[in-house]
Amino acid sequence: MSNDRTAIGIAAAVNSGNVTSTSVLEEHLARIAERENEVHAFNLVTSTQARERALEIDAQIAKGENVGPLAGVPIALKDNMCTRGVPTTCSSKILEGWKPPYNATVVDRLYAAGAVFVGKTNLDEFAMGSSTENSAFGPTRNPLDTSRVPGGSSGGSAAAVAAGFAAVSLGSDTGGSIRQPAALCGVVGVKPTYGLVSRYGLVAFASSLDQIGPFATTVADAALLTEIIAGHDPMDSTSIPQKAPSLLSVLDRGVEGLRIGRVTDLPEGADADVLEKLDAAFLALEKVGATIVDVTLPSLSFALTAYYLIAPAEASSNLARYDGVRYGARVAENDINTMYANTRAKGFGDEVKRRIMLGTYALSAGYYDAYYGKALKVRRLISNDFADAYTKVDVILTPTSPTVAFPFGSKTDNPLAMYLCDIFTIPTNLAGHPAMSVPFGTGQANMPVGVQVMAPTLGEEVMFRVAASLERAS
Amino acid sequence: MIDNGLPEGWELVVGLEVHVELATKTKLFSGSPNRFGDEPNTNIDPVTLGLPGALPVLNQHAVELAMRIGLALNCTVQPSTFHRKNYFYPDLPKAYQITQYDQPLNIDGFLLLRGGVRVGIERAHMEEDTGKSTHFGGTGGRIHGSDYSLIDFNRAGVPLVEIVSRPDVRTSEQARQYVNELRGILVAIGASDAKMEEGSMRCDANVSVRKYGDPLGTRCEIKNVNSVRSIGRAIDYEARRQIDLLETGGSIRQETRHWDETDGRTHTLRTKEDADDYRYFLEPDLVPLAPDAEWVERVRAALPVLPAARRTKLAELTGADVDGEAVAVVVERSQDEYVQTVASLGGDAGRALVWVQQAFAEEGEQPRLPASDLAALTILERDGKITATQAKTVLIDMLDSGGGDPAAIAAAKGFEALDTSVIEKFVDDGIAAQPDAWAKYCGGEEKALGSLVGTIMKLSKGKADGKVVTAILQERRGI
Repeated sequence: MSNDRTAIGIAAAVNSGNVTSTSVLEEHLARIAERENEVHAFNLVTSTQARERALEIDAQIAKGENVGPLAGVPIALKDNMCTRGVPTTCSSKILEGWKPPYNATVVDRLYAAGAVFVGKTNLDEFAMGSSTENSAFGPTRNPLDTSRVPGGSSGGSAAAVAAGFAAVSLGSDTGGSIRQPAALCGVVGVKPTYGLVSRYGLVAFASSLDQIGPFATTVADAALLTEIIAGHDPMDSTSIPQKAPSLLSVLDRGVEGLRIGRVTDLPEGADADVLEKLDAAFLALEKVGATIVDVTLPSLSFALTAYYLIAPAEASSNLARYDGVRYGARVAENDINTMYANTRAKGFGDEVKRRIMLGTYALSAGYYDAYYGKALKVRRLISNDFADAYTKVDVILTPTSPTVAFPFGSKTDNPLAMYLCDIFTIPTNLAGHPAMSVPFGTGQANMPVGVQVMAPTLGEEVMFRVAASLERAS
Repeated sequence: MIDNGLPEGWELVVGLEVHVELATKTKLFSGSPNRFGDEPNTNIDPVTLGLPGALPVLNQHAVELAMRIGLALNCTVQPSTFHRKNYFYPDLPKAYQITQYDQPLNIDGFLLLRGGVRVGIERAHMEEDTGKSTHFGGTGGRIHGSDYSLIDFNRAGVPLVEIVSRPDVRTSEQARQYVNELRGILVAIGASDAKMEEGSMRCDANVSVRKYGDPLGTRCEIKNVNSVRSIGRAIDYEARRQIDLLETGGSIRQETRHWDETDGRTHTLRTKEDADDYRYFLEPDLVPLAPDAEWVERVRAALPVLPAARRTKLAELTGADVDGEAVAVVVERSQDEYVQTVASLGGDAGRALVWVQQAFAEEGEQPRLPASDLAALTILERDGKITATQAKTVLIDMLDSGGGDPAAIAAAKGFEALDTSVIEKFVDDGIAAQPDAWAKYCGGEEKALGSLVGTIMKLSKGKADGKVVTAILQERRGI
């Protein structure tokens, strides 16, 4: 019996009949039973459905059927992806009890590949936050040190993989919500090119920035998941009309001849231990044949500000539908406006309300040009800066997070300090580019450090080549 | 100066906003059926209900119909975008309406009314409809103060085109003509069934008044105008209201007003001050809509001949007034081609037009009566073989039996045209019977003619042709 518990290893073992899907699932459910109380990675563990699904897969294997590249692989889904008949809460009270009548496209694609869903993972409410402390159902703890946050907003999905509750998981990344928790939990996290993965069924935070991507323990697993969930979906108008890239096949190609960008005017704020690991990453790549090239991205220092106008503006519109009329929570009142106000006052947490107010203000008559309009201009400048840089380099390396995982409560009283967690991840969301975080050693308190590999639009192949080389060197 | 029915010196200025539901099979952004009259909340899906995670996908047939509208209204089709118009209302599932804002699909067109009056079209843009609310209890059918409300989301997401005219309309009659003409075009191009009574065509009027030569006055937007008749009534009422205010030293407040069909007045709905801030921004879930030139040309080439051109053609063929009732009615019923066929078979086009207008109201685009039969009838009539009254009797008989030889039917009914000499005799008798009327007619009293013709027709037992009788009387008076 194989002990490889990567998604690729599990699928190979299950497909070949060496292990059953059921036994793999039970291993994971046992770890959940052991540690979930402590970690709180999940809003809901769907063990009953998972066991039925595993039996179904085992029956298919017994009949000699081809189950697919994720045969029997236990997968966790961030609780902002719609799952038919299974509660989807976004860790918000306002959606408590709501069961979607349909599956997100990514859910259908994983299912078709043979996945076994183990549960819906915790997140900052509506994916707004960087520590999972904004969940209405309580925070998720970092499995590597439970006094520290797992990062966010996809903290539950990162923790689930780091704790061995699931072989792989999906998160969503609007400003770093996959990459930052991946870095803080010591796993691989990928934000694909905007439009590469369908957003159909992903509960929207900021539609022009949101993108679904995988968490995995290895770069190869992340590549496999990306291949499976990527590709055109007619249900999402912003989906790029082309097939999924071939990524697994490029992982061994190395980085010889590739030009790796080092940003000389990187915004300040990264801790020394993090920068030390970044330097080590450059050296490691140079050693295996890459060339390090200095680039500048002058508009990067405005990215955070632009993001905190654009994302809340879109969110203020996206979250307006939670009005108590058709689904979710409702505070019954005698007139419509009081019903709206009290439903939303009670249903949303502080951070969500803060962003709805910010965004509403930024779009208001008389303020649009000064705030939202200007932010859109900055967004274009950032894209232009990246375009210039990518004429000189193939990928750009930065830290993923300015710090390693921080203790609970250390940033909750200061929203701006929390927002700074995403200073290195936000620019790629604004540009629509792919980026991923790869674990690269440890820093303070022996906590993991992630290195971010950024690439131009649809540059997933070269991004994964570099990530695989970093993984081999770490 | 045009007669607008207003006190002397006042000019009426009206711009019209017409919403039409497109005749697509499915909704603007989802696959749910676009069908009127179904059980409430049956034509719904995650997109229609604005469920979390649902995304819009633009219906290409709706785009094609919207382009047809633009091209039929002489607009330029241009690259366009969609925006979100944000406001809270229970029948707006996403709490925003997807609509075209600063880059609409169609711009800068015009519509010609009778007598060459040109009404500019500022834009014709695409947007989605809301659901339909019904409020129970309370007053005036409003949500505030009602006991409860029911919402039907079948209409939510139905594709609309909003056609915005320039403020070029100067009388309520022109406004009626504009809406009628627009409706004719929409039906002709298959873009909409344009039924005001079912709400598939809805009209708002922006009304202002000014003294001739003055700058534009403050306008009020009149909503809930649900028939062509109420368009005229609402505009006339509103213009009077504004003039009364201005003439008594008051001023007009820019506001939205609600037309009440029952009391025949407009009432304040909301003032400019409490208008919503819609916080428009580019819809991030959709990509820009830029139909390529080849597509635009394909749509343009496939447009049918529009009602105005058809009226001109029919008027030329029949000698009738291009702005007259007969031509308008027959084109509206799409029976103009039938009249052309009758003429091409040798029939009398003018008489065919009259008969089609008068007797074919229940017939469709292709009347059951073979065109050759109507042609034969008009020939009998033109040649004086039967009178107009007899022709009508024969026509009714032919319509009842789905056709037939008019000459045989006329013969069977004992119809035969009378010799002019016989008619002359009846005319003599008629004049003798009504010497006073004859004297009055000779004295220039045209009204007396009717009574003379009536008497003569009675004497001939309806066999004399009324037109021939009239001609004889006119001729004799002239001597």
